[in-house]
Amino acid sequence: MMKEKRELVSVPGKWDISFNYAAGKTVSHFLAQIRDNGRILGMKCAKCHRVMVPPRSFCERCFVPAEDWVELGDEGVVEAFTIVHDVFEGSPPPPYAIAYVKLDGADTALANFVDGLDLSDISEATQRLKIGARVKVEFASRREGRITDFKYRIIG
Amino acid sequence: MARNVAIVGIGQTNYTTLRNDVTYPELVFEAVTKALSDASMSIDEIEAVVFSLAPTSLVGVDAMERWCIDAVGAKGKPFMRVNTGGATGGSAAQAGYFHIASAFFDTVLVVGAEKQGDTPDTQLILNQIWDPRFERAVALNAINMSSFQAVRHMHKYGTTEQQMAMVSVRDHKNALNNPHAHIRQAVSLEDVLASRVVCWPLKLLDCCPRSSGACAVIMASEGRTRKLMQRPAWIKGIGATTNTYYMGDKMETEMFNDHGDWDELALAAEHAYRMAGISNPAKQIDVAEIYGPFSCLEIAAVEALGFCPKGQGGKFEEQGFFNMTGELPVNPSGGALCSNPIAVTGLVRVAEAALQVTGRAEGRQVNGAKTAVATAIGGSLQFHTAMVISANL
Repeated sequence: MMKEKRELVSVPGKWDISFNYAAGKTVSHFLAQIRDNGRILGMKCAKCHRVMVPPRSFCERCFVPAEDWVELGDEGVVEAFTIVHDVFEGSPPPPYAIAYVKLDGADTALANFVDGLDLSDISEATQRLKIGARVKVEFASRREGRITDFKYRIIG
Repeated sequence: MARNVAIVGIGQTNYTTLRNDVTYPELVFEAVTKALSDASMSIDEIEAVVFSLAPTSLVGVDAMERWCIDAVGAKGKPFMRVNTGGATGGSAAQAGYFHIASAFFDTVLVVGAEKQGDTPDTQLILNQIWDPRFERAVALNAINMSSFQAVRHMHKYGTTEQQMAMVSVRDHKNALNNPHAHIRQAVSLEDVLASRVVCWPLKLLDCCPRSSGACAVIMASEGRTRKLMQRPAWIKGIGATTNTYYMGDKMETEMFNDHGDWDELALAAEHAYRMAGISNPAKQIDVAEIYGPFSCLEIAAVEALGFCPKGQGGKFEEQGFFNMTGELPVNPSGGALCSNPIAVTGLVRVAEAALQVTGRAEGRQVNGAKTAVATAIGGSLQFHTAMVISANL
């Protein structure tokens, strides 16, 4: 019997589902402070005194509730970074840099975009964007209460 | 006291980008029938099923495990799905082990599949695993998450892009011997270093492909195993550890708090080694199958597994320690860098380790291998599993 070459059919699909992710009391306050006052707050554990950002309503290490807000500095130090040169759907057009920065007064690092660097030459960019580099927080003039209301900028 | 558990059947499809010729359950069925045939068992002899399935958004159907009830012969039997992200296959294998070690069952089928070829948007999907208020909003994905690990390892220990590239060269060379591997093409050091930057320091050839494929492993109690075969692979030790959700909490240098190190895997391996009576892994382990979908991750893993001192993974790689002809071959299969069917990549490591210790790994066989370790990682590098598999009970 002759083997017939049969067509393979695909059915297109797309997930398009709405959510309104509740930020909760703790993160809502954090985001509102960024929006209204250009301030970044951390949450301090009363037991171990660790200052956590993103803020959370409990310290997982001590396993106790946390409710002491502290204001963090508007400068910090790079703890990890990457320079993205590839296109990812849903992400900004490349190139862009992302860094985890430990803001002054915080014990944990917070991820955000890094602005103001020429990323076309990676070896040059990584002379400035490196672990240990100091950065300053730069807020957008129009803020919406999102983490993307600010970016990091390398100082010096 | 846990009962002895053996791996008595293995089924793998080939791994590839597209499998448009089958639906997802049909892909699963392929691996199940191969594993049953390998074990000389019928589906009726399987008492329970563990289904290895990572985020279902990768295949675009929620609760996809439901579709597969019939493809795994689960009707009338206990069935559970396991999901720890990339570590899913490692966790599913451990769940299978618990079924039998606990004496509740004598046979269990651990099986799953990945069908990423049905979407072009793997990294957009993986971006959805993060908190929408924080990390998701700043374009995190599995690749740049690994870049953060790489830059910390480079900064702390002086690990280089060249050393990471050598991992990729080794895996690609090994994959040539594995008929199931997705990428079967040798690459040179220059090829890797010159490939385009994806998320610096990771370049295209430091990164895994998007793979589709299925894997099934049948486990049995000692009593059942003795009736089935002469040369089973025994599960001698298991371990698993989890770390905090927040990557930014792991930007410290002490134990378990450095995203650049894999102290979590070290702890999982320590447990598995203790169970297996292994005190000097560099000497007592003959071959390792490591879950490292990005080159930098294998360097952190060999250190965590105790194959070399912390911080020396890159240097040992340079010296060829982990080559097929080296002291401790790593990823004879080509590893996750050459095939990454996410839902089962960890299970493939277990399957490949079992093939090695039973001398059935064909062209990728490590001569005389008797004891192997298989690992998996998942989430934002926070789920870690390790399993020691041996020819000897």
